[in-house]
Amino acid sequence: MGFWEVTKQLADGFSVTLLIFGVTLLCSLPLGLVITFGSMSKWKPLKWLTKTFVWIIRGTPLMLQIILIFYGPGLLFKMNALPRMTAVLIAFIINYSCYFSEIYRGGIESISKGQYEAGQVLGMTKSQIFFRIILFQVIKRIVPPMGNEIITLVKDTSLARVIAVAELVKAAENIVSMRSIIWPLFYVGAFYLAFSAVLTLVLGQVEKKMNYFN
Amino acid sequence: MAFLEVKGIFKDFGKTKVLKGIDFELEKGEVLAVIGSSGSGKTTFLRCLNFLETPDKGQIVVNGETLFDSSEPPYSDREKREKRLHFGLVFQSFNLFPQMNVLQNVSLAPKLHETSGRKLTKQEKGNVFKTIEDNAMQLIDMVGLADKAKNYPCQLSGGQQQRVAIARALALKPDILCFDEPTSALDPELTGEVLRVIRELKSSDRTMIVVTHEMNFARGVADKVIFMADGVIEEMGTPDEVFGNPKSEKTKGFLEKSLGD
Repeated sequence: MGFWEVTKQLADGFSVTLLIFGVTLLCSLPLGLVITFGSMSKWKPLKWLTKTFVWIIRGTPLMLQIILIFYGPGLLFKMNALPRMTAVLIAFIINYSCYFSEIYRGGIESISKGQYEAGQVLGMTKSQIFFRIILFQVIKRIVPPMGNEIITLVKDTSLARVIAVAELVKAAENIVSMRSIIWPLFYVGAFYLAFSAVLTLVLGQVEKKMNYFN
Repeated sequence: MAFLEVKGIFKDFGKTKVLKGIDFELEKGEVLAVIGSSGSGKTTFLRCLNFLETPDKGQIVVNGETLFDSSEPPYSDREKREKRLHFGLVFQSFNLFPQMNVLQNVSLAPKLHETSGRKLTKQEKGNVFKTIEDNAMQLIDMVGLADKAKNYPCQLSGGQQQRVAIARALALKPDILCFDEPTSALDPELTGEVLRVIRELKSSDRTMIVVTHEMNFARGVADKVIFMADGVIEEMGTPDEVFGNPKSEKTKGFLEKSLGD
């Protein structure tokens, strides 16, 4: 099997990887903020419920969560299994929302009380203060840790293969087992490297864009 | 009836009694300087006026309108927002919004107030914003920073930042402008420019309350001086009375220490 053929098959796997990456990022970024509001809530039951949830999600392997979401409903409730891709996306979105929420929380808590008070004495509402004053400062502060998490997500997408979703690594494994050649498995590294290089550049640009204030 | 009447303000933080009955009056256009050592309650008192703290007991009346009365049920957020606009506050640490330039810092709140809850066409909105920005520019010019209007706070010195903070507070046209140790976070050579702005405000008949450690400034600018100690007003009078002829031993001791060096 030639180089171009392998490349073409891996590219199919890579498009699945990109899909998992893109949808997870798109959904987790806002959902993470919702979870942050829960874990910072002044209403104790909500706060502790959210914190427990985040603890469970961060405290167990993502692989296990994918398996549970795919097989769990059938085993426990005799329900039909979700489509594989849907199960993967749900697991990833929940998992990454929780990680993002903790980064957001750290960012929000790092903003000085004086910023809130300045907004208050100017007669702004709580949501005006958050969305007009605080949020943008938080975004600036969380870009570096978010970059870390986003690059981890690139590689975590390979976990989708536990329920036989043909993402990049799974595509390579298929070639390896069918053709008895090992090199495509190493070749996937180049895809991940290229993708994370692009992300690193983009994230660097974002950081640079916000350098005009501290 | 005085312009500002403060009656029997008490405030505890847990077991610590910070304010133990603050009473005074201030006439329109007067400048009040509040002096006293750290922990005497002067900042807490200023925060009570600005609704950043809620007094446990007492009343605050401005121009005949009761803004705070501890016997009334707790105010809603909306009521608080409306009431606190009678006061403006300039913080010790400026608290400018770092991601906004000088003009944006000064015009943000007026823009939000003028447009919230109103349906405006794009054109009307543009006109409203134009008026607000013109007014903001006037204030920025007044504090001597017209050429810095497009600069960001991190590009300004502490003294310049504090002057922007003053313009920002004035943009909402408060009845009474409060300063919480406005020069304490500044290098000594930068305090002068901020104090000069406050002096200019006095000459335009603004009612102001200044918590300060600058004794010479308090003596030179204030119409009335309050010396606070242990959560009460230990002594109150004209600058000449308080600085020139203090009656209380505590005041004498404080002044000796403050002016001694």
